Amino acid sequence: MGTTQVLFWFLSILALLGAILVVTSKNPVHSVLWLIVVFVAISGHYILLNAQFLAIVNLIVYAGAIMVLFLFVFMLMNLNSETEPQKNRWLKIAGVVTGGALLLVLVAALKEADLKTQVEMGRGDSGLINNLGMVLFHDYVVPFEISSVLFLSAMVGVVVIGRKTPEERVGAIGDQKYGG
Amino acid sequence: MPINYYIFLSVALFCIGVAGVLTRRNAIIIFMCIELMLNAVNLLLVAFSKMHYHALSATTPNAGIDGQLFVFFIMVVAAAEVSVGLAIIVMMYRNTHSIDVNFLNRLKH
Repeated sequence: MGTTQVLFWFLSILALLGAILVVTSKNPVHSVLWLIVVFVAISGHYILLNAQFLAIVNLIVYAGAIMVLFLFVFMLMNLNSETEPQKNRWLKIAGVVTGGALLLVLVAALKEADLKTQVEMGRGDSGLINNLGMVLFHDYVVPFEISSVLFLSAMVGVVVIGRKTPEERVGAIGDQKYGG
Repeated sequence: MPINYYIFLSVALFCIGVAGVLTRRNAIIIFMCIELMLNAVNLLLVAFSKMHYHALSATTPNAGIDGQLFVFFIMVVAAAEVSVGLAIIVMMYRNTHSIDVNFLNRLKH
Protein backbone atom coordinates (compact mmCIF):
# COMPACT_ATOMS: atom_id res chain seq x y z
CA MET A 1 0.00 0.00 0.00
CA GLY A 2 1.73 3.10 -1.21
CA THR A 3 1.53 6.63 0.05
CA THR A 4 -1.15 7.52 -2.48
CA GLN A 5 -3.44 4.75 -1.26
CA VAL A 6 -2.94 5.68 2.38
CA LEU A 7 -3.70 9.32 1.60
CA PHE A 8 -6.75 8.34 -0.45
CA TRP A 9 -8.28 6.29 2.36
CA PHE A 10 -7.43 8.89 4.99
CA LEU A 11 -9.01 11.72 2.98
CA SER A 12 -12.06 9.59 2.12
CA ILE A 13 -12.70 8.68 5.75
CA LEU A 14 -12.15 12.30 6.79
CA ALA A 15 -14.64 13.51 4.17
CA LEU A 16 -17.31 10.96 5.11
CA LEU A 17 -16.87 11.55 8.85
CA GLY A 18 -17.07 15.31 8.37
CA ALA A 19 -20.16 14.99 6.19
CA ILE A 20 -21.94 12.85 8.79
CA LEU A 21 -21.03 15.33 11.53
CA VAL A 22 -22.30 18.25 9.41
CA VAL A 23 -25.71 16.60 9.38
CA THR A 24 -25.78 15.41 12.99
CA SER A 25 -24.27 18.38 14.86
CA LYS A 26 -26.72 20.20 17.10
CA ASN A 27 -24.80 23.45 17.08
CA PRO A 28 -24.98 25.11 13.62
CA VAL A 29 -21.52 26.66 13.99
CA HIS A 30 -20.03 23.19 14.49
CA SER A 31 -21.78 22.14 11.28
CA VAL A 32 -20.07 24.97 9.41
CA LEU A 33 -16.67 23.99 10.83
CA TRP A 34 -17.16 20.32 9.89
CA LEU A 35 -18.18 21.39 6.40
CA ILE A 36 -14.85 23.23 6.14
CA VAL A 37 -13.13 19.94 7.09
CA VAL A 38 -15.03 18.19 4.28
CA PHE A 39 -13.97 20.83 1.78
CA VAL A 40 -10.33 20.57 2.86
CA ALA A 41 -10.52 16.78 2.41
CA ILE A 42 -12.01 17.20 -1.05
CA SER A 43 -9.24 19.66 -1.91
CA GLY A 44 -6.75 17.00 -0.83
CA HIS A 45 -8.43 14.61 -3.22
CA TYR A 46 -8.01 17.17 -6.01
CA ILE A 47 -4.30 17.44 -5.22
CA LEU A 48 -4.01 13.63 -5.29
CA LEU A 49 -5.64 13.72 -8.73
CA ASN A 50 -3.14 16.39 -9.81
CA ALA A 51 -5.80 19.06 -10.29
CA GLN A 52 -3.94 21.77 -8.42
CA PHE A 53 -5.88 24.72 -9.78
CA LEU A 54 -9.21 23.27 -8.67
CA ALA A 55 -7.75 22.38 -5.27
CA ILE A 56 -6.68 25.97 -4.67
CA VAL A 57 -9.93 27.41 -6.03
CA ASN A 58 -11.90 25.00 -3.83
CA LEU A 59 -9.96 26.10 -0.77
CA ILE A 60 -10.21 29.82 -1.52
CA VAL A 61 -13.79 30.01 -2.79
CA TYR A 62 -15.53 27.30 -0.76
CA ALA A 63 -13.57 26.90 2.46
CA GLY A 64 -12.60 30.55 2.46
CA ALA A 65 -15.31 32.78 1.08
CA ILE A 66 -18.54 30.81 1.15
CA MET A 67 -18.03 29.32 4.62
CA VAL A 68 -17.12 32.73 6.05
CA LEU A 69 -20.37 34.01 4.56
CA PHE A 70 -22.27 31.21 6.33
CA LEU A 71 -20.53 31.98 9.61
CA PHE A 72 -21.35 35.67 9.32
CA VAL A 73 -25.01 34.90 8.71
CA PHE A 74 -25.04 32.66 11.79
CA MET A 75 -23.47 35.42 13.86
CA LEU A 76 -26.02 37.96 12.62
CA MET A 77 -28.93 35.72 13.60
CA ASN A 78 -28.03 35.08 17.24
CA LEU A 79 -29.15 31.47 17.18
CA ASN A 80 -28.66 29.09 20.07
CA SER A 81 -29.75 25.60 20.97
CA GLU A 82 -33.19 26.72 22.21
CA THR A 83 -34.07 28.25 18.87
CA GLU A 84 -32.89 25.12 17.04
CA PRO A 85 -36.08 23.86 15.42
CA GLN A 86 -37.19 20.47 16.64
CA LYS A 87 -39.09 18.01 14.58
CA ASN A 88 -40.82 14.73 14.70
CA ARG A 89 -38.56 11.73 15.37
CA TRP A 90 -40.37 9.61 12.80
CA LEU A 91 -39.76 12.21 10.10
CA LYS A 92 -36.05 12.11 10.96
CA ILE A 93 -36.00 8.32 10.69
CA ALA A 94 -37.87 8.56 7.38
CA GLY A 95 -35.28 11.02 6.05
CA VAL A 96 -32.37 8.80 7.03
CA VAL A 97 -34.08 5.74 5.56
CA THR A 98 -34.70 7.62 2.31
CA GLY A 99 -31.07 8.69 2.02
CA GLY A 100 -29.91 5.17 2.84
CA ALA A 101 -32.27 3.72 0.24
CA LEU A 102 -30.83 6.06 -2.40
CA LEU A 103 -27.33 4.99 -1.40
CA LEU A 104 -28.33 1.34 -1.55
CA VAL A 105 -29.88 1.67 -5.01
CA LEU A 106 -26.92 3.56 -6.47
CA VAL A 107 -24.34 1.21 -4.98
CA ALA A 108 -26.28 -1.86 -6.09
CA ALA A 109 -26.59 -0.45 -9.60
CA LEU A 110 -22.89 0.40 -9.85
CA LYS A 111 -21.46 -2.59 -8.00
CA GLU A 112 -21.74 -4.98 -10.91
CA ALA A 113 -20.64 -2.42 -13.47
CA ASP A 114 -17.51 -3.55 -15.23
CA LEU A 115 -15.35 -0.52 -14.58
CA LYS A 116 -11.79 -1.69 -14.78
CA THR A 117 -10.64 1.77 -15.70
CA GLN A 118 -7.99 3.36 -13.57
CA VAL A 119 -7.77 6.99 -12.55
CA GLU A 120 -4.52 8.74 -13.27
CA MET A 121 -3.00 9.73 -9.93
CA GLY A 122 -0.30 12.34 -9.52
CA ARG A 123 0.66 12.48 -13.17
CA GLY A 124 -0.36 14.54 -16.16
CA ASP A 125 -0.42 18.31 -16.37
CA SER A 126 -4.00 18.79 -17.61
CA GLY A 127 -5.00 20.25 -14.25
CA LEU A 128 -2.32 22.91 -14.14
CA ILE A 129 -3.35 26.52 -14.38
CA ASN A 130 -1.48 27.06 -17.65
CA ASN A 131 -3.39 24.41 -19.60
CA LEU A 132 -6.72 25.19 -17.94
CA GLY A 133 -6.28 28.87 -18.69
CA MET A 134 -5.48 28.23 -22.33
CA VAL A 135 -8.63 26.13 -22.78
CA LEU A 136 -10.75 28.50 -20.70
CA PHE A 137 -9.84 31.58 -22.72
CA HIS A 138 -9.94 29.86 -26.09
CA ASP A 139 -12.86 27.44 -26.09
CA TYR A 140 -14.90 28.61 -23.11
CA VAL A 141 -14.51 32.36 -23.30
CA VAL A 142 -18.22 32.99 -23.98
CA PRO A 143 -19.46 31.05 -20.90
CA PHE A 144 -16.75 32.81 -18.91
CA GLU A 145 -18.11 36.21 -19.90
CA ILE A 146 -21.69 35.08 -19.31
CA SER A 147 -20.72 34.07 -15.79
CA SER A 148 -19.68 37.65 -15.13
CA VAL A 149 -23.21 38.74 -16.08
CA LEU A 150 -24.49 36.06 -13.69
CA PHE A 151 -22.40 37.52 -10.88
CA LEU A 152 -23.64 41.03 -11.64
CA SER A 153 -27.26 39.90 -11.57
CA ALA A 154 -26.64 37.97 -8.34
CA MET A 155 -25.15 41.08 -6.77
CA VAL A 156 -28.08 43.24 -7.83
CA GLY A 157 -30.48 40.54 -6.61
CA VAL A 158 -28.84 40.37 -3.19
CA VAL A 159 -29.06 44.13 -2.78
CA VAL A 160 -32.71 44.19 -3.84
CA ILE A 161 -33.64 41.26 -1.56
CA GLY A 162 -31.66 42.47 1.44
CA ARG A 163 -32.93 46.03 1.28
CA LYS A 164 -35.37 47.11 3.94
CA THR A 165 -38.82 48.17 2.84
CA PRO A 166 -39.68 51.89 3.33
CA GLU A 167 -42.02 51.12 6.27
CA GLU A 168 -39.30 49.16 8.06
CA ARG A 169 -36.82 51.94 7.47
CA VAL A 170 -39.20 54.56 8.93
CA GLY A 171 -39.76 52.26 11.92
CA ALA A 172 -36.04 51.84 12.46
CA ILE A 173 -35.44 55.60 12.40
CA GLY A 174 -38.31 56.10 14.82
CA ASP A 175 -36.86 53.50 17.19
CA GLN A 176 -33.54 55.18 17.00
CA LYS A 177 -34.98 58.59 17.81
CA TYR A 178 -37.52 57.70 20.45
CA GLY A 179 -36.52 54.28 21.60
CA GLY A 180 -34.13 53.21 24.18
CA MET B 1 -6.86 3.96 -8.08
CA PRO B 2 -9.84 2.31 -9.71
CA ILE B 3 -12.63 4.68 -10.67
CA ASN B 4 -15.09 2.62 -8.58
CA TYR B 5 -13.68 3.99 -5.34
CA TYR B 6 -14.28 7.55 -6.42
CA ILE B 7 -17.78 6.72 -7.61
CA PHE B 8 -18.70 5.12 -4.28
CA LEU B 9 -17.15 7.95 -2.27
CA SER B 10 -19.08 10.54 -4.25
CA VAL B 11 -22.31 8.57 -4.01
CA ALA B 12 -21.89 8.27 -0.24
CA LEU B 13 -21.25 12.01 0.15
CA PHE B 14 -24.23 12.81 -2.06
CA CYS B 15 -26.54 10.52 -0.07
CA ILE B 16 -25.40 12.04 3.22
CA GLY B 17 -26.34 15.40 1.72
CA VAL B 18 -29.76 14.10 0.68
CA ALA B 19 -30.38 12.66 4.15
CA GLY B 20 -29.35 15.98 5.69
CA VAL B 21 -31.75 17.95 3.51
CA LEU B 22 -34.56 15.59 4.50
CA THR B 23 -33.86 15.44 8.24
CA ARG B 24 -32.84 18.96 9.21
CA ARG B 25 -35.25 21.87 9.61
CA ASN B 26 -32.69 24.65 9.89
CA ALA B 27 -32.69 26.47 6.55
CA ILE B 28 -28.96 27.22 6.62
CA ILE B 29 -28.04 23.59 7.40
CA ILE B 30 -30.20 22.51 4.47
CA PHE B 31 -28.29 24.98 2.34
CA MET B 32 -24.98 23.55 3.55
CA CYS B 33 -26.12 20.03 2.68
CA ILE B 34 -26.82 21.26 -0.85
CA GLU B 35 -23.24 22.54 -1.00
CA LEU B 36 -22.09 19.10 0.14
CA MET B 37 -23.99 17.47 -2.73
CA LEU B 38 -22.48 19.93 -5.22
CA ASN B 39 -19.01 19.06 -3.97
CA ALA B 40 -19.64 15.33 -4.28
CA VAL B 41 -20.53 15.89 -7.93
CA ASN B 42 -17.44 18.06 -8.42
CA LEU B 43 -15.20 15.33 -7.04
CA LEU B 44 -16.72 12.77 -9.36
CA LEU B 45 -16.29 15.09 -12.37
CA VAL B 46 -12.60 15.54 -11.60
CA ALA B 47 -12.16 11.78 -11.14
CA PHE B 48 -13.81 11.10 -14.50
CA SER B 49 -11.65 13.79 -16.08
CA LYS B 50 -8.51 12.03 -14.88
CA MET B 51 -9.93 8.67 -15.98
CA HIS B 52 -10.39 10.09 -19.45
CA TYR B 53 -6.86 11.45 -19.32
CA HIS B 54 -5.54 8.02 -18.36
CA ALA B 55 -7.25 6.45 -21.36
CA LEU B 56 -6.45 9.07 -23.99
CA SER B 57 -3.30 10.86 -22.89
CA ALA B 58 -1.16 9.03 -25.46
CA THR B 59 -2.92 10.68 -28.40
CA THR B 60 -4.34 13.93 -27.02
CA PRO B 61 -2.31 15.72 -24.33
CA ASN B 62 -5.27 17.70 -22.97
CA ALA B 63 -7.78 14.85 -22.75
CA GLY B 64 -10.37 15.29 -20.04
CA ILE B 65 -9.66 18.94 -19.38
CA ASP B 66 -13.28 19.86 -20.09
CA GLY B 67 -14.42 18.09 -16.93
CA GLN B 68 -12.22 20.29 -14.80
CA LEU B 69 -13.54 23.40 -16.51
CA PHE B 70 -17.08 22.26 -15.78
CA VAL B 71 -16.10 22.00 -12.12
CA PHE B 72 -14.78 25.55 -12.32
CA PHE B 73 -18.08 26.80 -13.72
CA ILE B 74 -20.03 24.85 -11.10
CA MET B 75 -18.02 26.67 -8.43
CA VAL B 76 -18.81 30.02 -10.09
CA VAL B 77 -22.53 29.29 -10.16
CA ALA B 78 -22.44 27.96 -6.58
CA ALA B 79 -20.85 31.16 -5.32
CA ALA B 80 -23.61 33.27 -6.91
CA GLU B 81 -26.24 30.85 -5.62
CA VAL B 82 -24.95 31.02 -2.05
CA SER B 83 -25.02 34.80 -1.98
CA VAL B 84 -28.61 35.00 -3.24
CA GLY B 85 -29.77 32.12 -1.02
CA LEU B 86 -28.27 33.58 2.14
CA ALA B 87 -29.88 36.95 1.34
CA ILE B 88 -33.24 35.19 1.06
CA ILE B 89 -32.65 33.39 4.38
CA VAL B 90 -31.71 36.66 6.12
CA MET B 91 -34.87 38.29 4.78
CA MET B 92 -36.91 35.31 6.00
CA TYR B 93 -35.33 35.62 9.45
CA ARG B 94 -36.15 39.30 9.51
CA ASN B 95 -39.79 38.61 8.76
CA THR B 96 -40.44 35.52 10.89
CA HIS B 97 -37.58 35.65 13.48
CA SER B 98 -36.87 32.01 12.78
CA ILE B 99 -35.09 29.98 10.14
CA ASP B 100 -37.26 26.92 10.59
CA VAL B 101 -38.46 25.85 7.16
CA ASN B 102 -41.70 24.57 8.71
CA PHE B 103 -42.83 28.19 9.05
CA LEU B 104 -42.59 28.67 5.30
CA ASN B 105 -45.96 27.08 4.58
CA ARG B 106 -47.94 30.23 3.90
CA LEU B 107 -48.56 29.26 0.30
CA LYS B 108 -50.89 26.57 1.67
CA HIS B 109 -53.31 29.11 3.12
